Amino acid sequence: MVHVSATPVLALRGVSKRFGAVQALTDVDLEVHAGEVVALVGDNGAGKSTLVKTIAGVHPIDDGVIEWQGNPVKINKPHDAQGLGVATVYQDLALCDNLDVVGNLYLGRELLHRGVIDEVTMEKNSRELLSTLSIRIPSVRIPIASLSGGQRQVVAIARALIGDPKLVILDEPTAALGVEQTAQVLDLVERLRERDLAVILISHNMADVKAVADTVAVLRLGRNNGSFPVKDTSHEEIIAAITGATDNAVTRRAGRRTAEAAK
Amino acid sequence: MSDTSKTVKSDSTTTGKVTEGQVEQQDTVAPADDPTAAPVSVTDPRLLIREEGLKGYLTEFKRKVKGGELGSLPVVIGLIVIWTIFQLQNDLFLSADNLSDISYFLSATGMLAIGLVFVLLLGEIDLSVGSVSGLASTLFAVLAVNHGMNSWLALLLAILTGLAIGALHGWFFARIGVPAFVVTLAGFLGWNGVMLWLLGDSGTINIPSDEGPVRLLGKSSFFMDQAIIGAYILAGLAVVLSLVGNLNEQRRRRAAGVPFRPTSEIALRVGALAVVSFVAAAVLNDAAGVSNALVIFLAALVIVDFVLRRTTYGRQVFAVGGGIEAARRAGINVPMVRITVFAISGGFAAIGGMFFAGQTASATLSAGGGNTLMLAIAAAVIGGTSLFGGRGSVWSALLGMLVIQSIQTGLNLLNMNTSIQYMITGAVLLGAVVIDSVSRKSQKAAGRA
Repeated sequence: MVHVSATPVLALRGVSKRFGAVQALTDVDLEVHAGEVVALVGDNGAGKSTLVKTIAGVHPIDDGVIEWQGNPVKINKPHDAQGLGVATVYQDLALCDNLDVVGNLYLGRELLHRGVIDEVTMEKNSRELLSTLSIRIPSVRIPIASLSGGQRQVVAIARALIGDPKLVILDEPTAALGVEQTAQVLDLVERLRERDLAVILISHNMADVKAVADTVAVLRLGRNNGSFPVKDTSHEEIIAAITGATDNAVTRRAGRRTAEAAK
Repeated sequence: MSDTSKTVKSDSTTTGKVTEGQVEQQDTVAPADDPTAAPVSVTDPRLLIREEGLKGYLTEFKRKVKGGELGSLPVVIGLIVIWTIFQLQNDLFLSADNLSDISYFLSATGMLAIGLVFVLLLGEIDLSVGSVSGLASTLFAVLAVNHGMNSWLALLLAILTGLAIGALHGWFFARIGVPAFVVTLAGFLGWNGVMLWLLGDSGTINIPSDEGPVRLLGKSSFFMDQAIIGAYILAGLAVVLSLVGNLNEQRRRRAAGVPFRPTSEIALRVGALAVVSFVAAAVLNDAAGVSNALVIFLAALVIVDFVLRRTTYGRQVFAVGGGIEAARRAGINVPMVRITVFAISGGFAAIGGMFFAGQTASATLSAGGGNTLMLAIAAAVIGGTSLFGGRGSVWSALLGMLVIQSIQTGLNLLNMNTSIQYMITGAVLLGAVVIDSVSRKSQKAAGRA
């Protein structure tokens, strides 16, 4: 199990978000500790993406508090989130096909050497990063276009780590991948945890969630619907929480107890 | 010391994984003394690695052509075919004087092509460069001749006007969202109209060619006043700079422990460059010398190449050309890149217009008209810059213009009618675009695009 730190890296307390007449998030709580993988699950429209976007700064929250390492912060634009150390890997890959792996890893934050792009240091660092993550790609100098879907996804995740983040948000990282590639990405998620990063993983795939997550936070209709430690929770219980079949006093109590235990 | 990773595996299922062997980044396996030659976890065992030596180059070359990475191949073949045909028709074609003519006349349209390379890298098109070049030369003539302004000031104003016009096109494209092809088509017509209006009834303004930029860009203006040594200094400079740059890069890469280009390969590359540049220098000296127009064009190429490959701005241009959404998420200001790229295109169009004015020592109604635009686009595409964005280099402006100008000069030498010239130019442009499209298709098939 994880050795969770006393203060969560990120804590949402009673966060609410409204879009016009739609209450997308109501009073949502979420905590992520360093070295912990939190799977965020829920049906379509449950508010997963909205919640992630509030953390990433795409949508500012209406109510509630976001705490970063124990201190309340305001995240109003993506830049704020990046400044804190939040890296988001979106579902559709945000890589440039024509640039090579090094170019993509450092896109938008190229290292400069006397005002000129420092290809040598960038290549050296890229190789080091990829090898510490045990990412196997043919070469760091081939265009993204010639990589497989899984390789692209791991490059996209590695890209998020260049800025030395504290929290990595992965939005459906295995959605379009095959068996082997999914395993690669899951391995990578575990390595992120070993590096003591906090990870929020959005997934519809229960097998993935069970495989790598420490905690499952379930959203249902924009509200918390339980938070479970993965190893003590069965597949069915999670499914039940997602679909709302167990919205009763017992599960609410169980959810409360796990939340207390986490503290 | 043997290294098994150097063998080429010919498994048919792995043809998609080929090494990158581009000019800039090499995945060449370093020689045995390289510390990184030991198996590195980053490399994939399925990767095809180039063999050492000449055979390795050959297999890699074949693989690249099959995969649609044609590079400069179409240009080289095109040049050989064109030069052979014209030489058979008229044995003056490969004479030093004629080759010197080609080198002089290619610089004007070449300047337009440089600007177009930027636009093509974004995957867009600028149809207005011909008209903008005509307008710039006319503006220069009106200011310098009719109003008696200092000719260098007039030059500066003409270039600034080109930049402003390009930025305006870019603004309509990036901020309003009008397709670039429509904006610049409007510019093509509109700026030509402004030029005709400026020229008014006179029709032609003759520019005195004894001073200022027009003298500098004229046909009788040579580098270091035709001193024999001038051409060789330029050739030597190119070779030395290339050698120093390559060795410096090798040293830094070796120190950082990343794969570097072996010394033998550097020697080969620099040697090839030395042969080409010194032969060119000898041929040009045999005629009259290196024209200043060509020197300025080459200097512009070197500077622009540096900007595109080695600066953050250049990287942003490639990124926007390769994936707009990815570029945006990486924090790149996409509208800014688009506007500046169109401004650069307009600026180079204006400079090219000044080169045309230098050739004819006048501003005429037909300046920048006819097939100027087509030739510039054809040059950029023939040289290897893709119409689909994200792939290319400014050197394609030089290589493509060598082909285009050879055709032009050859047809003039054979006294071909304008009608024939237009038909041939059209066919060449179509051919270049077909090559681009086909190579893109096979790149996709080979998993490279």
